[in-house]
Amino acid sequence: MTTMQKLLQLPVNAVNIVKTVQSQVQGQSQEEDKSPVLSPDGGQQTWYSALQPDELRHLRPGGSGGGGGGGGGGSSGGGDQDERATLDEGGGFQNQPLRHDDLKEMLDSNKDSSKLEAMKRIVAMIARGKNASDLFPAVVKNVACKNIEVKKLVYVYLVRYAEEQQDLALLSISTFQRGLKDPNQLIRASALRVLSSIRVTIIVPIMMLAIKEAASDMSPYVRKTAAHAIPKLYSLDPEQKDQLIEVIEKLLADKTTLVAGSVVMAFEEVCPERIDLIHKNYRKLCNLLIDVEEWGQVVIINMLTRYARTQFLNPNINESLLEEGGGGEKTFYGSEEDEDDEEEEKEKKSEAAALAKRKPYVMDPDHRLLLRNTKPLLQSRNAAVVMAVAQLYFHLAPKAEVGVIAKALVRLLRSHSEVQYVVLQNVATMTIKRRGMFEPYLKSFYIRSTDPTQIKVLKLEVLTNLANETNISTILREFQTYIKSMDKDFVAATIQAIGRCATNIGEVRDTCLNGLVQLLSNRDELVVAESVVVIKKLLQMQPEKHSDIIKHMAKLTDNIQVPMARASILWLIGEYCEHVPKIAPDVLRKMAKSFTNEEDIVKLQIINLAAKLYLTNSKQTKLLTQYVLNLAKYDQNYDIRDRARFIRQLIVPTEKCGALSKYAKKLFLALKPAPVLESPFKDRDHFQLGSLSHLLNAKAGGYQELPDWPEAAPDPSVRNVEVFALLERVTTLTSVPEWTKCSSREKRKEKKVEKPFYSDSEGESGPTESADSESDSASGSESGSGSEESGSGSESEESEEGSESEEEEEEEEGEEKDQKKKKNKEIKKPVQESESENSSEEEERKNERKRRQRKNDSESESEEEEDESESESSQSESEDSDSEAEVKKKKVKTAQTKPPPKPAKTDNKKGKKEMSLLDLDDFEPAPSPQVTPVNNFLSNSLVTDLEGLSLSDNVLSPATISPSSATKSYELLHRITGEGLSVEYCFSRQPFSPDANMVAVQIEFTNNTTNDTKNLHMEDVKLQSGMRVKEFPEIELLPAGETTTAVMGIDFCDSTQAANFQLCTHSRKFFVSIQPPVGELMRPVFLTENEFKKEQGQLMGMNEITEKLMLDVKCRNEHAIVQRVITAANLSRVPCGSDKECRFSGRTVTSSSLVLVTVASKEEGTAQLMVNCEKMVIGTMLVKDILLALTQ
Amino acid sequence: MLSGSLNGKQGEIRHQKGINVSLPLTKMIHSVFLINASGDIFLEKHWKSVVSRSVCDYFFEAQERATEPENVPPVIPTPHHYLISVLRHRIFFVAVIQSEVPPLFVIEFLHRVVDTFQDYFGVCTEAAIKDNVVVVYELLEEMLDNGFPLATESNILKELIKPPTILRTMVNTITGSTNVGEQLPTGQLSVVPWRRTGVKYTNNEAYFDVVEEIDAIIDKSGSTITAEIQGVIDACVKLTGMPDLTLSFMNPRLLDDVSFHPCVRFKRWEAERILSFIPPDGNFRLLSYHVSSQNLVAIPVYVKHNISFREGSFQGHFDLTLWPKQTMGKAVESVLVSSQLPRGVLNTNLSASQGIYTFDPVTKLLSWDVGKINPQKLPSLKGTMSLQAGASKPDENPTINIQFKIQQMAISGLKVNRLDMYGEKYKPFKGIKYMTKAGKFQVRT
Repeated sequence: MTTMQKLLQLPVNAVNIVKTVQSQVQGQSQEEDKSPVLSPDGGQQTWYSALQPDELRHLRPGGSGGGGGGGGGGSSGGGDQDERATLDEGGGFQNQPLRHDDLKEMLDSNKDSSKLEAMKRIVAMIARGKNASDLFPAVVKNVACKNIEVKKLVYVYLVRYAEEQQDLALLSISTFQRGLKDPNQLIRASALRVLSSIRVTIIVPIMMLAIKEAASDMSPYVRKTAAHAIPKLYSLDPEQKDQLIEVIEKLLADKTTLVAGSVVMAFEEVCPERIDLIHKNYRKLCNLLIDVEEWGQVVIINMLTRYARTQFLNPNINESLLEEGGGGEKTFYGSEEDEDDEEEEKEKKSEAAALAKRKPYVMDPDHRLLLRNTKPLLQSRNAAVVMAVAQLYFHLAPKAEVGVIAKALVRLLRSHSEVQYVVLQNVATMTIKRRGMFEPYLKSFYIRSTDPTQIKVLKLEVLTNLANETNISTILREFQTYIKSMDKDFVAATIQAIGRCATNIGEVRDTCLNGLVQLLSNRDELVVAESVVVIKKLLQMQPEKHSDIIKHMAKLTDNIQVPMARASILWLIGEYCEHVPKIAPDVLRKMAKSFTNEEDIVKLQIINLAAKLYLTNSKQTKLLTQYVLNLAKYDQNYDIRDRARFIRQLIVPTEKCGALSKYAKKLFLALKPAPVLESPFKDRDHFQLGSLSHLLNAKAGGYQELPDWPEAAPDPSVRNVEVFALLERVTTLTSVPEWTKCSSREKRKEKKVEKPFYSDSEGESGPTESADSESDSASGSESGSGSEESGSGSESEESEEGSESEEEEEEEEGEEKDQKKKKNKEIKKPVQESESENSSEEEERKNERKRRQRKNDSESESEEEEDESESESSQSESEDSDSEAEVKKKKVKTAQTKPPPKPAKTDNKKGKKEMSLLDLDDFEPAPSPQVTPVNNFLSNSLVTDLEGLSLSDNVLSPATISPSSATKSYELLHRITGEGLSVEYCFSRQPFSPDANMVAVQIEFTNNTTNDTKNLHMEDVKLQSGMRVKEFPEIELLPAGETTTAVMGIDFCDSTQAANFQLCTHSRKFFVSIQPPVGELMRPVFLTENEFKKEQGQLMGMNEITEKLMLDVKCRNEHAIVQRVITAANLSRVPCGSDKECRFSGRTVTSSSLVLVTVASKEEGTAQLMVNCEKMVIGTMLVKDILLALTQ
Repeated sequence: MLSGSLNGKQGEIRHQKGINVSLPLTKMIHSVFLINASGDIFLEKHWKSVVSRSVCDYFFEAQERATEPENVPPVIPTPHHYLISVLRHRIFFVAVIQSEVPPLFVIEFLHRVVDTFQDYFGVCTEAAIKDNVVVVYELLEEMLDNGFPLATESNILKELIKPPTILRTMVNTITGSTNVGEQLPTGQLSVVPWRRTGVKYTNNEAYFDVVEEIDAIIDKSGSTITAEIQGVIDACVKLTGMPDLTLSFMNPRLLDDVSFHPCVRFKRWEAERILSFIPPDGNFRLLSYHVSSQNLVAIPVYVKHNISFREGSFQGHFDLTLWPKQTMGKAVESVLVSSQLPRGVLNTNLSASQGIYTFDPVTKLLSWDVGKINPQKLPSLKGTMSLQAGASKPDENPTINIQFKIQQMAISGLKVNRLDMYGEKYKPFKGIKYMTKAGKFQVRT
């Protein structure tokens, strides 16, 4: 087809080309369809063709001739046949092989356009389920094609056929392996995606390697892809499970929302039983949930439901006990009363047991966290998410709170009918357990004539479940309308529903019965029949009252032809023949007449009736009975013959077997319990709601049972995480960061529990000490739970918790030592100080001096290892010296690896004119290399100035007191992602001279490559509303191995939303973002104590946030508090007389709103934190940050 | 024959997969089949190993059992798989899954697929899908990875795969260029996954349509059994850059139950009842809401009806009059009355005072296109119905379904207060439109 032709065809629609070509191409494979043996997609055929495509080509025409009569494989209907017809006319058969050659030719050509055309045709073939496997070699060659679309289509092809042509597929692997190393994250991701989708067992090790590598990739998107790849590999080779679990464990710890959903999916597929992997990530998952994409939310929520069932106590433990016995809704008939008594007894016992335990239920805060964080998702537009939350609430929430889901579920009823179908099924199950929840929405379940029948029936089910004494009259009125519907299946269902209402609600039984009896005169036989069946069931409850109805029904036998209904009537007459002694024999007479023409089910009932009548009224019916039994004896159905034989033996006394006939009456006329009309949805809730298994009411493959609540809650401390992990806040746009609130509460809780270990008195040995601290911990956590509505678990658990956290403490310490030496250094210091403050000031000074002395001593020693059993003081000393040594080492390192600060500075000076900033550099005595020192100097000096009065440690080396970590530096671009360019930034806390409303951000660039980087600048700044950025001046040249700094200003608009931009070099662009901690959004202002109090007085009520806290052991003195607060937020201290209160003031950078912070310390390490700020969001976030700073 | 081929097929697959006898059941969507109204499978896509088409036979069986297409159960269990289907535009979208998965998850996803097709091709018909089969395939490939949804935001998909337009199709055919985006989709990586990056417009405009639907059931005597208002705010936002919008209402308390597009900041709504969001580019549904049931719903149209059948005469009397009520001076437009008459009705002989009425003797569907209601001259439809000779009088009365539209009014009284934009410098053109429609509006007779 020439280009010209293509053009000519275009107006119709370019795709027609594809269509015609497609159909031509398909000719070949369509023959296969005709073969009666092969299924249409021709999988088997491909198997052959892979072996011997040439021979096959010859075989094909013959095959089609033979199979042609078979007429296709059932599912391929008219449409295909039409096409085949046109094809045949075109006489394509002989040319078919050539056509494929044609495609091969196109694929081999070096023009992308013809390759693309060929691939499009091939994909179209695949889409229709036609076999295109013989093109594999030709296609796979193009896997490295430059054209993106060709490439993508080749991927589609490859993923479809690789499994069948494993050897050839291996040719493509190297391309993907190359792709895995690509600097672009999206290319890495797509390479991994295709590689993992190729189901070729040989490459399992390669896949494993690729997944492992991708799991630690810098890009969250690649990590997400890795998570997706895990189930693929698992299904290919389940033996990799253990290794995969390791990867899953690693990815579960990931903190990005992008990864969370995918990795939980992988978890659910590979190792849903390893619930222990979730512990450490539980809180994080809860907190991230709202920002995860919707599909991930569903998976996470379902998994967390299961998790919560294993970890927390049943919040309804008391109610469920009451409910089961005392409900009394089903206890209408006497027959059940006995059971009831039993149940009541059981209940009493269990209640007694519960009392014995004397454990008032207190919800685990983590349980609460889950409920709280999932609730907003009821507002999701995605029905699956809403359903997931609904089932979570149904299975986990206290009874009083489940109600919130009703509204959302009712909303889903407006959606597509398939959604309605699933939702209604679940609502039906819920209404059985928790009827009250949906009662207000009764009218939402009213049925419209336009609903599909399956929806109508489900709504009816719900309405029936919702019926009670108060609303039954409205419901019955509604039912009356339904009975007139044209949809007879629906009418039948309605009659059943009426029957159920009548059995469940005694008051309306007679009304219902009368209504149903009226229906007996309905013209529609189905309606009548259904009514008869229902009436039969109802009458069984009180037969003696309703003999007239029975009489009426007896008359119906002349008209009703529906076998079930006839059978029901006969049974009824037989059962209650004593109530209708005159009519019964007559009915039998009529039936005997028509016996041979009846359906089997009716015949059985005729025999039944005859037997019963014979027993009660043998005089009148003896002959009739014998007649019937004789007829039955020669019936075609062996059931009926058997029954006749059996009954004859039983009721007609003979010499042979008289033993049983004595009891015949008892056998036949025993009192039969009334049937219980139950909802088919009863007890369906043992399946997790919203699941496939629930919908089908059968266990589907791979269904994970929803575990029962544990008797006693497992140790909740397993969920405790190192706080540092939680510190790293992930805020995205969808959520105002307030969601962290809950987590911080949790954290606080946690800390309270842990705290007392630190609070060991001086002289006592280290954190391994147990006896004292245990009691301490209990009291601590108790006071904690007192302040909150939901405390932690029981007391007994608390002590457990205590000992647990002890261990954790140790772990943590170990880790700290390993990783956060720097941090350690700072934290440890204040401890000493706090201790020393307990003693008098003089002593303190003495200590100080001593310490310094010792320090000097120990400095000379090598202090690599620490002895835990050493006394506290010496330990801290050793650590001191340790850190000192560390600092020294670092100094040396800096000297070695980095050019000394001065040259860097001069560099900068050359580059731009940030004089003011850099000049300060000279003053900076802190040797810590990561910190950009400038800024803290100011705040620092201020602090020290103010504190100078009370503390004499001015003399101390600046490293000890300077909150040098105040300017924590953050990574903007990692060396690896940045291809050798690493960028860090910190908030310098300097006023940004070009614009006072901006926060100064100091950026440090390090060129780790061997080439020069040129033209460093930023581009494409993406900001939230109101935010502004002052870009840093372009850095023209950054020589290899050099480091330089630049300062930019960002007006964050008093929000913690990130500023996103591209960092560009002469060759590359990197997406980066800067997100400020809330503490950096303010600048210090100096206030006097009076001014402070005055301002504070104006910021009361909503603008004031107070929190109680337990100070960290290392942070019990004023100095440490000041230091920590100032580290956390850019504030200045307000001088004040009392050393129990520390006040700080500042203003937000953009709006200059006052920020006032008060930390009032009380006895035993408790303290109160108060933040007054006009901007409530800032205030809340600041509270959180300061709390963290003070309690860690 | 069929089952034979099925078993053969599965044996084949097992064989190919090698030694592992008990492979782990993979969750999520295995394959998707598209089936048209006449029962042809016209498209299939597999995300894992191929599942034979013959699995759809179970679906066809269920389809046969169900009298109406909409009565095909959405979930059908088969011996080895489960089929979950949705019916949209007379096409069945059948997903094949192997093991436990929340059914709504699959259903919701399939609907999302249909929405995407509609978005791309304007319509979602068999012809449109067949014409764009390559695009469809590319879309499905991006939307699911290993059966788990990957990219379902239309803005991201449009970055990956350009929607076909006549012009682009033409250009592509000539130049051989592609409809796959050259740029890598950065949207997937951003914190605002629903918005494309680098959006540029010369005219910056944002339109919001507040559309309310009244769902009601009116009983024989004209009293309201149930009536509620469901509303949506559909937006068409074409703004350059990264605008941050806030939309506030005069009376937000009216909204009882809301569900949001993921772009809406939930906390802000909770705290201030203000919709704050960075909008996706193009058309999207910002919000759907339910007006609290405490507010009485004004019923804008009433029907006076008298439909009766006399015993023995094989004649029925039909009389219907509409009149508007509580419309606050706005005209009731595009009124369409339809009713499914009883099976016994052979034909009708009616006269309409305005508009056109049709009666289909086969489906027994009466429909009357009334148009606009003039309050001075009420539209009516009167006449007789002829019944089948010998048939007894039908004991059911037809239900009347009414559709209508009222422009320039939200029946609940909801009013948008203001729309503000932050984050961008230009001044956008803002527009808001109100409309009230009949939802499921039924009158029982």
